[in-house]
Amino acid sequence: MISLTVNGKKFQVDVSPDTPLLWVIREKLNLPGTKYGCGIAMCGACTVHIDGKAERSCQIPVKDAQGKRITTIEGIPENDPVKKAWLADEVSQCGWCQPGQIMAAIALLKEKPKPSDADIDDAMEGNLCRCGTYQRVRRAIHSASGMTTKGGRP
Amino acid sequence: MSEIINLSRRDFLKTGALAGGGLILGFRLPFGDAAKAASTAAPFAPNAFIRVGRDETVTLIINKSEMGQGVYTSLPMLIAEELECDWKKIRLEAAPVDPAYNHTEWGVQGTGGSTSVRSEWERLSKAGATAREMLIAAAAKAWKVDPASCRAENGRVIDRSGKSLSYGKLADRAAKMGAPKEVRLKNPDTYKIVGKPQGRLDSPAKINGRAQFGLDVKLQGMLTAVIARSPVFGGKVVSFNASKAKSIPGVKEVVQAPSGIAVVASGFWEAQKGREALEIVWDEGKWAFLSTPGMREEFAKLAQNPGLVARKEGNPEQALANAVRQISAEYEVPYLAHATMEPLNCCVDLRRDRCDIWTGTQFQTIDRNTAAAAAGLKPNQVRIHTTYLGGGFGRRANPYSDFVVGAVEVAKAVRKPVKVIWTREDDMKGGYYRPMWYDRMTAGLDGEGKLLAWRHTVVGQSIMVGTPFEAMGLKNGIDGASVEGAQDIPYAIPNVFVDLHSPKIGVPVLWWRSVGHSHTAFVVESFLDEAAHAAGKDPFEFRRGLLAHKPRHRAVLELAAQQAGWGKPLPSGRSRGIAVHESFGSFISQVAEVSVGPQGKVQVHRVVCAIDCGRVVNPEIIAAQMESGIVFGLSAALHGAITLKNGRVEQGNFDDYPLLRINEMPRVEVHIAPSREAPGGVGEPGVPPIAPAVANAVFAATGARLRTLPMSPEAVRKAMKK
Repeated sequence: MISLTVNGKKFQVDVSPDTPLLWVIREKLNLPGTKYGCGIAMCGACTVHIDGKAERSCQIPVKDAQGKRITTIEGIPENDPVKKAWLADEVSQCGWCQPGQIMAAIALLKEKPKPSDADIDDAMEGNLCRCGTYQRVRRAIHSASGMTTKGGRP
Repeated sequence: MSEIINLSRRDFLKTGALAGGGLILGFRLPFGDAAKAASTAAPFAPNAFIRVGRDETVTLIINKSEMGQGVYTSLPMLIAEELECDWKKIRLEAAPVDPAYNHTEWGVQGTGGSTSVRSEWERLSKAGATAREMLIAAAAKAWKVDPASCRAENGRVIDRSGKSLSYGKLADRAAKMGAPKEVRLKNPDTYKIVGKPQGRLDSPAKINGRAQFGLDVKLQGMLTAVIARSPVFGGKVVSFNASKAKSIPGVKEVVQAPSGIAVVASGFWEAQKGREALEIVWDEGKWAFLSTPGMREEFAKLAQNPGLVARKEGNPEQALANAVRQISAEYEVPYLAHATMEPLNCCVDLRRDRCDIWTGTQFQTIDRNTAAAAAGLKPNQVRIHTTYLGGGFGRRANPYSDFVVGAVEVAKAVRKPVKVIWTREDDMKGGYYRPMWYDRMTAGLDGEGKLLAWRHTVVGQSIMVGTPFEAMGLKNGIDGASVEGAQDIPYAIPNVFVDLHSPKIGVPVLWWRSVGHSHTAFVVESFLDEAAHAAGKDPFEFRRGLLAHKPRHRAVLELAAQQAGWGKPLPSGRSRGIAVHESFGSFISQVAEVSVGPQGKVQVHRVVCAIDCGRVVNPEIIAAQMESGIVFGLSAALHGAITLKNGRVEQGNFDDYPLLRINEMPRVEVHIAPSREAPGGVGEPGVPPIAPAVANAVFAATGARLRTLPMSPEAVRKAMKK
């Protein structure tokens, strides 16, 4: 049995210890908001917070997540400024990568409350979006941080 | 759903799925609370698209798949505009498979070809207006007044005296009114919703992790499977040994299915580990020799020979012979993967006398019928539950229903609810690519630089051949999708010749966002740029001069040029390129501002996009789709290539099939040209012009003409040396 703390709740799961945290979250804890996209940490769709830091849950064997504070998209309040900015700036399209984008954006803003476009590009480079919402991702992160730039860079 | 009074009542009763009672435990409709809504009484269901409940809920049933393009917002807008309901109280449901939901032109239910708004505008407007008129008639009858003295607004019917009744209160009475034979649609000048930016209705569910995609579906007692498929297209299993796989904890069964060997387990990871332990001997079949360099050679040879004539105008041979200046060039583009962010998947619950399928599909009717045949059931025993699609781009509109049938076959073997998951590698290596193309171009100019003749030979696989769309898509052996955007070039050129070779190769090909236009726009707009430079003319002015008879092309060309500051100075190292292209009923011009790094890396800084897509439903979604198409097109232009070696696809994941990332994202500015023309598509038309706009800008910056995609740094360096 492996014990996990996810979104403030404690869980006991009976899985092989090498199972990636991603699949435990999705299949055993019934929290499908965290997405599978590549399985090799190249797309960021599986991004969760582990002790407040953005991590790729497809790369973390579940045994290594024991005793840590795990937060998924379902654990972020709906009135979080990033989620609000995401709505206001109409970021989502197909939506598959968006939970990962939002988790990465929240972690960025925690570290850098007023990020530049370059900071955003650095922090968000690992999150792929096939629908091409990047310009709106930048804009929404600026909105969430309270900055009033127009998004994008010249 | 106690009373249904419209003409297609029988169709509703046949499916039964509309009532919501048939939903299986654990499944939520795309909108979290829609299932709850469906179970409440909705007495007024005047047609296939609208249900009004006594509790004031207005449920709209949407027959198009939401894959990011915004149909779960734009189509409700069309209905709500005429229905005059409260926009904030709308609930949505994905339509079941039923003839009432067929595409207005295809005869089956499906989403694609950038047709949703174009094909549904009239039908959905009428659906909304019919319901509105019946609600008004019900209120007028209750009040014993002339219906003409009543109006509908924000979910209420109001009479001249100010008396009003809500739609919920009118629902039972409206259900007893006859549907009007004809309804008057609103004057567009009075639109309150259509034409104005509206927030996407699917956003809250998507940003909170509540939106249900196919991969998120979970059924009681469900198992998870992955399939080991042939490494070469068309290969077959000779023998396999599953004893090691079966010893992996969590692996339940290993079964042979037509698509390969399926490992069925308690979860994905267990199935995946089981598959890694499989030992399989393959008969690789007849395509194991395929390699990209050899195919290129074959294509280039074909391009030297005459093909099937797609268009002949004037006397191109003679005009070319007489031309003062002749230019010619070969262009080539590779196979491309759709690479939807949500890898393919399908969930099947197959019982003795019925089959329920949950998946994100663009092709409901075809999937249902194909699944029925595979399951040994009648089509009406199969129900398709359309989830959200984590991207489609054509991959989820498969004429062979590959990802659905593969799952049905596994379910048939294990007789338990099963979800088949494709890993990213399965998805990328598993076929159905944008075809590889080779194009040979020749143009003839007179002494003043006037374009006299244009010759274009297209070489590449047909998408339509062998599909149920063959009869519709092929004319005189020519697949329209192979030459769209090439045979119908808009420019005033007196002598035009376009021919086509469609080699038959065992690489599965499919429509890929913008289909034939994804390659023809690159070739035509690049080569036209070559002609402009050969003529010594400005590429914008050269195009403008050839588009005098094409006002919509010319208007977007001028709008894009003006907004981009065409001709004005740029920071050093930067240059502009322009392209214009019509596809799916819309006209788009894009100006790209680029620089080329010392190592040949192309950086796109800014893209100005002008679109005329006729009448507009949601300008916000149009802008988003232009941004989306530009990014999709840039991924292909700068990075994308699927190549083969010994019959095997060489790429498997985002490390060797890179997509554009945020650090490469240009600033995109979208300008929508005001238009009263018939609506055009927006999902695909943003893709075609970007590759040539960038290539033309690279030429302006470096003098190097990029005729091969992708424009990798190596390709750019090579072109610069020429």
